[in-house]
This record gives sequence, structure tokens and C-alpha cells, in this order.
Amino acid sequence: MKRKHRRLGFLMVGAVLLAGAAALVLSAFEENLLFFFTPTQLAAESQPEGRRLRLGGLVEEGSVVKQTDGLTVTFVVTDLTETVPVTYTGVLPDLFREGQGVVVEGALGADGMLRASEVLAKHDETYMPKEVKEALEASGEWRGEEATP
Amino acid sequence: MIAELGHYALVLALLVAVVQASVPLIGAARGDEAWMAVAPFAAVAQALLVATAFLALMHAYVTSDFSVANVAENSHSLKPMLYKVAGVWGNHEGSLVLWVLILTTFGAAVALAGGNLPPAFKARALAVQGLISVGFLAFMVATSNPFLRLDPAPVEGRDLNPLLQDPGLAFHPPFLYFGYVGLSMAFSFAVAALIEGRVDAAWARWVRPWTLAAWCALSLGIAMGSWWAYYELGWGGWWFWDPVENASFMPWLAATALLHSAIVVEKRNALKSWTILLAIIAFSLSLMGTFLVRSGVLTSVHAFATDPARGVFILGLLVLAIGGSLMLYAVRAPALKPEGVFAPISREGGMVLNNLLLCVACVAVLAGTLYPLVLDALGGGTVSVGPPYFDRVFVPIMVPLTLAMALGPLVQWKRGDGRAVVQRMGSLAVAAALAWVAGMALVDRANVASALGLALAAWLGVGVLIEFGGRLGLGRVPWRDSAARAVNLPRAAWGMTIAHLGFAVIIAGITGSSAWRTEAILVMRPGDAVDVAGYSFTFEGEREVPGPNYTAQRGTVTVARGGETVAVLEPEKRFYPSQRTTTTEAAIHTTWMADLYAVLGDAADGQGWSMRFYHNPLVPWLWLGGLVMVLGGVVSLTDRRHRVGAPARWRLAPVAGD
Repeated sequence: MKRKHRRLGFLMVGAVLLAGAAALVLSAFEENLLFFFTPTQLAAESQPEGRRLRLGGLVEEGSVVKQTDGLTVTFVVTDLTETVPVTYTGVLPDLFREGQGVVVEGALGADGMLRASEVLAKHDETYMPKEVKEALEASGEWRGEEATP
Repeated sequence: MIAELGHYALVLALLVAVVQASVPLIGAARGDEAWMAVAPFAAVAQALLVATAFLALMHAYVTSDFSVANVAENSHSLKPMLYKVAGVWGNHEGSLVLWVLILTTFGAAVALAGGNLPPAFKARALAVQGLISVGFLAFMVATSNPFLRLDPAPVEGRDLNPLLQDPGLAFHPPFLYFGYVGLSMAFSFAVAALIEGRVDAAWARWVRPWTLAAWCALSLGIAMGSWWAYYELGWGGWWFWDPVENASFMPWLAATALLHSAIVVEKRNALKSWTILLAIIAFSLSLMGTFLVRSGVLTSVHAFATDPARGVFILGLLVLAIGGSLMLYAVRAPALKPEGVFAPISREGGMVLNNLLLCVACVAVLAGTLYPLVLDALGGGTVSVGPPYFDRVFVPIMVPLTLAMALGPLVQWKRGDGRAVVQRMGSLAVAAALAWVAGMALVDRANVASALGLALAAWLGVGVLIEFGGRLGLGRVPWRDSAARAVNLPRAAWGMTIAHLGFAVIIAGITGSSAWRTEAILVMRPGDAVDVAGYSFTFEGEREVPGPNYTAQRGTVTVARGGETVAVLEPEKRFYPSQRTTTTEAAIHTTWMADLYAVLGDAADGQGWSMRFYHNPLVPWLWLGGLVMVLGGVVSLTDRRHRVGAPARWRLAPVAGD
């Protein structure tokens, strides 16, 4: 009898802990999930200002402009249908190049410009981030690996 | 020729593994000793064959034999020798050979050192090991042959991913694999015990050293990976909650829980079926980690395989191994009756809490890692779960774990004295409060929350020392007696104290590095200086330096404090022509209380160079704490009781196996 009670006690403590953890996980998910958008999707479903998100596409040729402070860069991310302007202050990753795939993370400003806190282009130059590839396929602009040298 | 020999050895090893997985199992079921005796021979033969294959592959790498496709794709004749050797496991096929090499070496170690295991049990455990081998060897032979030839052979290889050409990373996979595969021993013992339907203290005593050895290697591997990320990726961070990192962290959490619950089985003959389940889960997470990292589901520098056939094969293996063992568990576990009585306030009660919290932490990491994959597979859109999620979830679980970690060892087995624990909590609270005040007073950037991190570290550190002092009878018995007690204290007690202290050091390191870090990003011309956390960083200039298989731009940065030069940092940007890739080499000067960290960015047209500097307080403590924890594990491994019962053979026990 006694042992059964004790076991029940342990089970209850365990259940409470698990429930607490589940609540913790869910609330953290709620606030910290980052949704991924292509420029086309972002144009279609407008996002609240200041909401953090990820955007993937190609860096448009000729769009990279270094500001006078030498650190802030503006460029345009495109899926060859729609475009989104991006501004970023900091050191760009080694593999950031015009015409290459890129994923940026940040929040949209009132002017429709994405203020990026992170720019990811960490793969080798023939590699296209999976999300970007799918985005290009969705916009019908994917021409296989050869199209993006 | 040598490559063909390697391939042949691999196929032979597969055949031997099939024998090892079947004959001893049947022998054990029938009680046929001759059939059971096949197991050790097969295990040793298999280890020798896989070693032959591994050496053959290494030979191809060292001699730059580009007629072997694997070498041509991942090596280069100009690559330094260290990376030619490390290149063997720097790719999908080679890393699998290493995995199986470690697996079969462990099997051979059991075969040779397991003289004191009951013969039927030994035969069954080795057969389970054989089954795992069959899975991996079949995978290799069917989908990932490392010895494929190229005709005509290329003149030059394509080189290893430059990011991986680094000493920290070169030796990080072997340690991780040692850890993963070490958990396969706990798994094999668990499955063998389920087949026999018997778990006792002797079983726990057998499982513990393997788990401990695996845990040490896993800890070291994770620490090395984190260290590599810290200095190679150039962001000044050391843990990114990247799925690949999580893949090795989850087995670590499960192994840590297993280490503790195995003690309860050994000392109190309780928690048996839970411990079996943990052993299965720990290895399943290792397998899943291998799957996540290698299958290309996650895109990262680690994902070598993009061939879908491989992914399906690994998935099948995963389902068979995990599903099969859990099924066996469901059928047999009810037979394992608990014998010990449990009191909530007791050492074993504390271990249960430890296990619950570690498992909850593991589930939280698992949820964050798999959720994006599941949502994507269900067509719910592409999401990513970033570090904020993990920080939010992980910290609230780790805080009670750490609080309890200081108290657990202070409580006795069976029935603890609640009042004595509360009394001791008083002194811990005083120590924590002092640390909090000291943190607020001494650190310029301290706030309530970050100083609480230091308080937590002090709580744990002082708790560990009080417990250790209590064992030695410090203050109660003459000094000389305490010293004698220290000498006679079981190594496991020393190990626990050291490992828990290491964790306290890590908490301090995490607090300092996440809360008090200072950074500066700016464009500098030669001669410019900037102030970061009281240090002045002066950019002296930059020049081109040739390397063995790259050319580097090397910047020179002088760091001074109060007019006195502290360090000269030389961050580099390296260009590897063979892969047309650039890597960033951060320059780090450590003072043990903080790291000074400099990164050379891009040339800003005509304006100088963009530079990044960090002042990272207490980051060295992370690696220090990690090493101390591993040291604790190693000390615990040398405990006498792991070799009791096998006095003549203890030298062959896992301590000597690594």
C-alpha cells in the first residue's frame, strides 16, 4: 500500500514537471518560431511591422550598395518575380555574393525594407540553400544548378 | 590493389557480423556452449577486418591515390598531412568506416575483457553488437562504398571543405563517435538483459563503465566542436543550438541521466526498467543524431550525403533498431520487478529528480530540433526554431537541476534527513548571496539576472565542497585523518566531486559569456584604434601571407591596456583556390578571465577594413569546466568497483580501451 502511494507521488511530480515543460515549450514556440518567406509570399501576405522572419532568395545583381560608414550594406533579395530591399549593418559572411542564394533574418520596417540582424550564406558557392531553391521553383524561375553559376 | 583489399575486408566483415548476430543468439537460447563461444571470435575477427579496411582507406588518403573516388573528392596533394589523415573521416563514407571501426573495437574489447560476464549474457550482448554492425556494414556496402575507383583517375583532388581543415575539428568526430558507439554497449547490455529478463547490481556495474567512457568521449567531442565553432566561425559565440549540435547534445543528456540511474540500480536495486529504457533511448538518440547529421535532412557543413537512397536506408535502420528494442522492452520490462523501497527525500529520490529534469530537457531540445522537419514534411510551411526558443526553455529546466544537484549528494540513501538538508541549504544560500553581491559589485555590466548566474554557480560549487568536506570529516576529525580519508575515498566519489565542480565552472562561464560580452564592429584604416571593455585595439595593417594550400590576408592588431601592450592579434582571412572558398580565422588572446577576440572582415573600398572585436568574459571557463567534467568521469572510471570480480583482467577494461 505504502509503496503504491509513494510511486503515485513520484508519478505526480513527474507529470507536473512534464506539464510545466510542455507549457514552457509551447509558449517559447509561440514567440520564437521564425517563418520563412520568399519575396513573392511576402508581397502576397503582408506581415506586421517589426515581426521577425526569414527571407530567402537571390541577391540581385548590381543591387549591393555599401553605405558611407563602410559597414552598412543595402541589397535586394529577389526570387526573380518579386523583390524585397534589405539593409544590414555588420560584416557579411565570406560567401555573400551578387547572384548567389542568401537567407536573411530580421524584421520589416514601415518603409517595407527588411532590417536584417543576420545574413546567412554559409555554404559553398555551388550550393543553394534548400529554402531558396524551393522558392525559385515556386516562382517558376528555377533552371537547375547550371542557371546559378 | 590496397583499396580492393579494403573493400574485400569490408564485405568479409559484413559476413562475419551476420554470423556474430545469429549463431551466439541461437546458442544462448539453446544453452549450446560451442555456439555461444563463436561470439568472441567473431567479434575479434570483425574488428581486425574493419581495421584493415580503415587502414586501406587511410593509405589511399596518405598517398593521395586519386583513382579512389572518395579520395579524389575530399583530398588534395598539397593538403597538410594532418588533414590527409583526418580527411579519412571528413566525408560520409569514411566517417562510417570510422563509426564501425569504433563499434567493432568495443565489441572486441568486450570479447577479450568480458571474462567475468556470464557466458550466455556475453553471447547475447555480442550478438546485439553484431546486429548493429550488420546494419551499418550493409549500409556501407550497399550505398556508400568508400573504395569506388575512378577511371581515368584525376590528376588532382577536389580538397576537403576548408572549414573542416582545422585541428579542433579534425579530432572532434572520433570523440563524438566514440561516445555514440560507447552508448551502443549500454544498449547491447540492455537488450541482452531484456532477452534474459534479469537485471541486477552486477548488470549495472557492467553498464556503468561503458556509459561513463562514452559520456567522457561525448563530452570531449561536444566541447571540441563548440570550441571550433567559437574560433572558426568568427561570431564570438560558442553554441548556436544548431540541429547538428543538438544531435550530439541529446545523447549526452540521456547518457548523463543513464549514468546516474545506473548507480541507483547498483546500490538500491531499483529503477531497473527505467534504466533499461534510458539505455535504449540514449543509443536511439545517437542513431538519430547520425541520421540527422549524415542524411542531408539538415543542411550544414556536416551533411555529406544527399543521396535519397541513403536517407531511406538509415531511416529503415533507425526504425528497426529503435522500434525493435522498444517492442522488446514493452514485452519484457514488466517482468523486471522493483525491489527497493523509495522515500522522496533520499539519494535515490534525488536521482529520480535528476533523471526527470534531464529527460525533460532532452525532450525540449528534441521538440525544437524536429518540429521544423515535421512541419515541413506535413506541408505546414518552412519555419526555423532559433536560439531564443532554446534559451527560453532550457534555462528554466537547468536552474532547478543545478539547485538539486548541490543538494542530492548531501542526502543519504534510503531515507534522508530532511531537516539536515534544510540546514545545509542555509550555508549554500549564504554562499550564493555572497556571489551575487560580488558579481554586482565587481562586474561593470552586471544586472540582477546575470549576477544570479554567478550565484547559481556558487551554490553548486559550495554544495559540492561541503559534501566533499563532510566525507573527509573536515573540522570534525584531525587534519591527518582527513588526509587519510581523502586517499581512501572511492575514486567514484572523487569523480563525482570533480565533475560537479566542473559543471559549476561551466555555469559561471555561460553567465559571463552570454551576459557580459562586449563587441565592436567598425571599419578601420591602419593606425586606427578603438576601445572595447577597457582594452584599446589598434589596427596596425594587413599583408598577404602564403599558406600550404591557401593564401591569407593577415591583419595585425595590437591590444593595449593602460598604455601597456597586452597582446598582438593576427586574424586572417584565408582563400583556398582549390575550392574557391574563403574562411575566417579569428585571433584570440586569453587571459583566463576573458578572451580578446579579433576578426578581419572585408576590405571596404578605399576606406580600410571592416573589423570585429569581442571581449568575452569567462569564456575560457567553459572549456576549462568541460575538461574538469571529463577529468571527473575519467577518475570515476578508475574506481575499484568497476574491476572487482575481474581482478586479473581489469587492465583490459574500458579504461585501457581508449
